[in-house]
Amino acid sequence: MRLPESGAATAAPALEPLLFELARDGRAGRHVRGAENADALIPAEFRRREPLRLPQLTEPQVVRHYMHLSEINYSVDTGMYPLGSCTMKYNPKVNDRVAALPGFAEIHPRQDDATVQGALALLWELEQLLVKVTGMDAVTLQPAAGAHAEFTAMLVFKAYHASRGDGGTRRRVIVPDSAHGTNPASAAMCGFEVTTVKSDARGNIDLDALKAALGPDVVGLMLTNPNTLGLFEERVRAVCDAVHAVGGLVYGDGANMNALLGLVRPGDLGLDCIHINVHKTFSTPHGGGGPGAGPLCVKERLRPFLPSPGIVREADGTFRRSSDDRPRSVGRVRSFFGSFGVLVRAYAYMRTLGDGGMVETSEDAILAANYLAARLRGRYELAYDRPCMHEFVLSAAAQKKKGAAALDIAKALIDEGFHPSSVYFPLIVPEAMMIEPTETEPKETLDAFADALLRIADRVDSDAASLHEAPLTAPLRRLDEVTAARHPVLRWKSPS
Amino acid sequence: MNRNPYSPHTDADRRDMLAAIGVSSVDDLLGAIPSDARRPALGLPQGMSEAEVQAHLASLAARNRPAGAGPFFLGGPVQRRYIPAAVPALAFRGEFLTAYTPYQPEISQGTLQSIFEYQSLLSELLAMDVVNSSMYEGASAVAEAALMAVRVTGRKRVVVATDVYFQYRETLRTYARGPELEIVEVPTRDLASSAAGVACLIVQHPDALGTLVDVRRIADAAHAAGALLVQVTEPHACALLEPPGKLGADIVVGEGQPLGIPMSFGGPYLGIIACRDALVRQMPGRIVGETRDANGMRGFVNTLQTREQHIRREKATSNICTNEAIAAIVASVYLALMGPEGLRAAARLGVERAHRLAERLAAVPGCGIGNDGAFFDRFLLTTPLGEEAVHAALRAEGIEGGGVAGRDGYTGRRGLIVQCTEMTTDAEMDALVRALGSTVAGAREKVTAR
Repeated sequence: MRLPESGAATAAPALEPLLFELARDGRAGRHVRGAENADALIPAEFRRREPLRLPQLTEPQVVRHYMHLSEINYSVDTGMYPLGSCTMKYNPKVNDRVAALPGFAEIHPRQDDATVQGALALLWELEQLLVKVTGMDAVTLQPAAGAHAEFTAMLVFKAYHASRGDGGTRRRVIVPDSAHGTNPASAAMCGFEVTTVKSDARGNIDLDALKAALGPDVVGLMLTNPNTLGLFEERVRAVCDAVHAVGGLVYGDGANMNALLGLVRPGDLGLDCIHINVHKTFSTPHGGGGPGAGPLCVKERLRPFLPSPGIVREADGTFRRSSDDRPRSVGRVRSFFGSFGVLVRAYAYMRTLGDGGMVETSEDAILAANYLAARLRGRYELAYDRPCMHEFVLSAAAQKKKGAAALDIAKALIDEGFHPSSVYFPLIVPEAMMIEPTETEPKETLDAFADALLRIADRVDSDAASLHEAPLTAPLRRLDEVTAARHPVLRWKSPS
Repeated sequence: MNRNPYSPHTDADRRDMLAAIGVSSVDDLLGAIPSDARRPALGLPQGMSEAEVQAHLASLAARNRPAGAGPFFLGGPVQRRYIPAAVPALAFRGEFLTAYTPYQPEISQGTLQSIFEYQSLLSELLAMDVVNSSMYEGASAVAEAALMAVRVTGRKRVVVATDVYFQYRETLRTYARGPELEIVEVPTRDLASSAAGVACLIVQHPDALGTLVDVRRIADAAHAAGALLVQVTEPHACALLEPPGKLGADIVVGEGQPLGIPMSFGGPYLGIIACRDALVRQMPGRIVGETRDANGMRGFVNTLQTREQHIRREKATSNICTNEAIAAIVASVYLALMGPEGLRAAARLGVERAHRLAERLAAVPGCGIGNDGAFFDRFLLTTPLGEEAVHAALRAEGIEGGGVAGRDGYTGRRGLIVQCTEMTTDAEMDALVRALGSTVAGAREKVTAR
């Protein structure tokens, strides 16, 4: 067993001690100093009496600690990361560097417009690019992530219907059974009921079931297209028409927009709005869970309800924050203007790609996914047998019968040196393995990944039980998640 | 040559891949897209080289005035703080920055342990039982805290103090449109008498103007009425002030940006949310917990996931999925480097400078300090001229003179909200005192001349 290199005692055998275990009272850096007597300026009754037991460390210790932790973390900088619907493409380094320019990183969101003209210009230009790519008319950059944009859109829908006098009667949101969990959760946060509609045998929304679910009490439909099966909705216009026929609105979940750049604009298909996960489609790093940004792009009729403020370009070429074009705004959904540092990266990426690069991105993403599907379909069941877009879903149901479930295959992929695909999602495919290679993996890597999955299929045939032990080569073996949930230990506690 | 510079495919690769699929072009794979909508002209500019992108973005950045360009007294939830060099060097390593949510814990221990440490550090700072792995930022964290209190109490009325940051109150009102909550705003002094029948009282300490608030009295009133106490706070203040967990807070929220995260014109930031053990099943967002692997080694996993949207869908405690994980790691590295003494020193420097500056500014004829009581590291400067006129005059001198209270709906408050931190220099303070003095004197001369 690998021992902690620091020599610090840990509460259990561990890959790396906790900060608290590395600390000794009396150690300190000197990053700032002064004002030792300032406590006297605080009235005694407000002063902290509770001890402040933060760990006491020197900078060299802190550096080693995080270097060690970084070494036990898989990332897209270290290898292929084919999580379906997560679009783990390469994150260009120049985008990080420009976001850190003092002119961007060291401006305060409450500065006057005159002192932040470059930032406002960038955001305004980004809005124009998003309008062109989505075929929508107006944008709010405020939402911090995809789910936040969904919630924002549901509020916009609510305000729109209220403005037409039927806000009280429209209470139901339709969600396909292949949708991300955030869709129904966002609708519920807005006080709406959720009606789930099933998919048909080709992986589309079942149009008859949709029509049966529609009525005058419907707020709208939340549509992911391509859906989480990686399939383009074959009757998308008929779907939108049906929703519009009962006065409902169609929300586009843009999680899978990486399939559509320059190939089709959601605004041309009948959707009323769509959000963009710029941390997926536009390459901003996902940070181990965030930040993201979720700009929401809408058709003209929804513009008046967008969060405020927006950005206006004056006739003289200057920019200002304004709510003039959104008189019935739902309000702000967070402080300030969204994840600016993320939006800077997305803008840099979009300008790098330009017109031709956009199209090539989606073409290559689709090509890679179909290529992998072609290589794997003989050994794993393809859940829906038709050309996919940027991702596809395999079912390991046959492997499960032989004794190795999708989870075991995922863990075996770790021993093959790859991050596993998404598993057990979408919920409508048994033993689902959802694979999204993205456009930035070279063919050699795609082949190595396919070879690994084929080797694993061989192992399932010859010795399925051996997969239960996987992973064997990762920093840790499988973790006991049941005990973690039953007896939660959610922070370090002093052993004394 | 490829039009996407990050695309690795050669023409031969593409031909081989198409052949393996059994089609002759990518268009053969696009049959599901309505043909009349296929391949629209986007009308985007042509792509740029990396050097061109760098130059273009640098030219945009040059049109902004960063905080270091002149005396700077803006603050509030977003503060100009010293960021140790090791913070970006460690937290922005590609292994952390380019990882996804840790769905596979065996190969994600770097992220998971770092987040567990973040939860532990913040628990200690706030004296609260549980901290989640992050929310988007302060304002939406306040709104989620209110929704949490509504779930816990079954009540739909929320009372928030008017001296809570205005962005937080506005965001709370937006969120309340969803479940149709009743939001009531009252001055902080009236919070305690407004607790009957409410889900929670929301108090900020130190408040938006920097004033110190007797939270215990308000918490007692909330609890006597069966309501929860939500305290909005800020991390540096908690190093010197009795922490929320000792004041009776049930849920604590705040903006984590001052913990080593750049101001970056509004984001990305770090939403802090913490609660008592008894409320953890109603907590929104991801939480990391400790466990063991099959060999008995300590490890960390995302836990209590039955609260979350990917399991519970419309019955989840929140819709949050993507959060601000890297910002939580930044905050951990920052706190690890600063340690208890470093954090206290940064906080004390802000307090000391704010009090020194307030005394000097209050000596300018007609000016005063408008806080209702003792303040922490920012204060309300009242002036004999209109707040907007003073702000504009300072701006003309190249001074960011602070927040304009009247713009922000702090009921009945007029003046500049002046923030100090460890970054505030004597020269900046001298410049503000001098400029305020001449602005006020200039105005008096005009009056006298008339």
